[in-house]
Amino acid sequence: MMFEQFSQGTSLLHRSDVRIKIVSVLVLVPVLALSRSPWTVLAGLALGLMLVSAARLDARHLLRRLLVVNGFVLFLWLTLPLTYPGQAIATLGPLAISGPGVALALLITLKANTIVLLLIALLATSTVADIGYGLERLKLPRKLCLLLLFSYRYIFVIHQEYQRLARAARLRSFQPGTNLHTYRTFGYLFAMTLLKSWQRAERVRQAMLLRGFQGQFHSINHFSIKRGDLLFLGVMVALAIMLATGETLLNRL
Amino acid sequence: MHISEGVLSAPVLIGGGVLTVIGTGIGLHRLDYDRIMNTAILTSAFFVASLVHVPIGPGSIHLVLNGLLGIILGWACFPAILVALLLQAVFFQFGGLLVLGVNTFNMAAPALLCYYLVRPLLARPKTRGVAGFAGGALAIFLAALCMALSLALSDSGFLATAKLVVIANLPIMLIEGIVTMFAITFLAKVTPDLITGSRP
Repeated sequence: MMFEQFSQGTSLLHRSDVRIKIVSVLVLVPVLALSRSPWTVLAGLALGLMLVSAARLDARHLLRRLLVVNGFVLFLWLTLPLTYPGQAIATLGPLAISGPGVALALLITLKANTIVLLLIALLATSTVADIGYGLERLKLPRKLCLLLLFSYRYIFVIHQEYQRLARAARLRSFQPGTNLHTYRTFGYLFAMTLLKSWQRAERVRQAMLLRGFQGQFHSINHFSIKRGDLLFLGVMVALAIMLATGETLLNRL
Repeated sequence: MHISEGVLSAPVLIGGGVLTVIGTGIGLHRLDYDRIMNTAILTSAFFVASLVHVPIGPGSIHLVLNGLLGIILGWACFPAILVALLLQAVFFQFGGLLVLGVNTFNMAAPALLCYYLVRPLLARPKTRGVAGFAGGALAIFLAALCMALSLALSDSGFLATAKLVVIANLPIMLIEGIVTMFAITFLAKVTPDLITGSRP
């Protein structure tokens, strides 16, 4: 399983300081998530597409990621047009398609995908290790940042551990199906994974204690905010303000 | 299933955010540096659970097991679920950033309830199986209910969608109950401390 497909690269977005990118996401996402005008969202979509192309990511991976993310959106498309109150624009046998329902589903689709593009361009271009340090520099509670860094570090280990157990089950002719035997096996497999994780945690904790861990991590990557980073942040904040102003004006019309 | 970005209204987003900040604050306060490693590795294990697909009829669902997490971690389930969801947002862009508060609360509040309601029942072997099933099922049911409530409070037009969310989660509830029950009886035999021992 590949987790950080987009984090490696040499583009402008990969080189920007992670703190700048976090702050940019935090100013842009709320404006777009709360906007009600499709024009604001379309402008945001253009920005998202521009940033993603600036990050020079693999197009196939990007499309696959977008497809998976649209699961919840698809769920809304299945329900909103049929159930949202409002003027019907068409009828499908006994079912009426609601105009406002379709409009809302469309708006949400645009918003969700725009924000996913921004998250890919601005967050997924950093490794979680860097994001963890960035969040700590941005004064998030240290315990929370440690929790993030440690869980990230061990996801891969635990995942391999689980896969090893699952492989062992397969070798013993375990075939998943809709029956009690399957659910019991999965329950035991996961409980075994939990147990191994717990024991591993104990060993890691002791090893860290032995090496004098005092709640402080030192990163090899050097964090420094350059003039270009500040310029980038300035542009992103200006764009967020422009989008917000546009949104207020459009709503007043 | 997480609510994606751009669906909920500002009051719901803020409300969920505030509740998650409070829960996470309490969770972190009770979590001393000595227990961070254990909590973190359990967080990874639960992240891995969400990658495990269990067949149901022609399709499959992924495990959530927030009830089991709550039973083991107590208040620390708030920061743990917050971190797991943040990792999912960065890795797969599931959910999002602004909805992180709501999504965390929807999953962590039922988990915490399991800690207080179910964990005391696990000490006795007689009630263990039933309590495990009830915990796993309740956590999913309440999470679906919270999710439906966040949708319905955002826009009354979402009411039908919200009802569908709860209905769609009913089979998941059943499977989570069964898997949690087996996991708990297994853990009780192998490492009773994890689910019945006292926790600060």
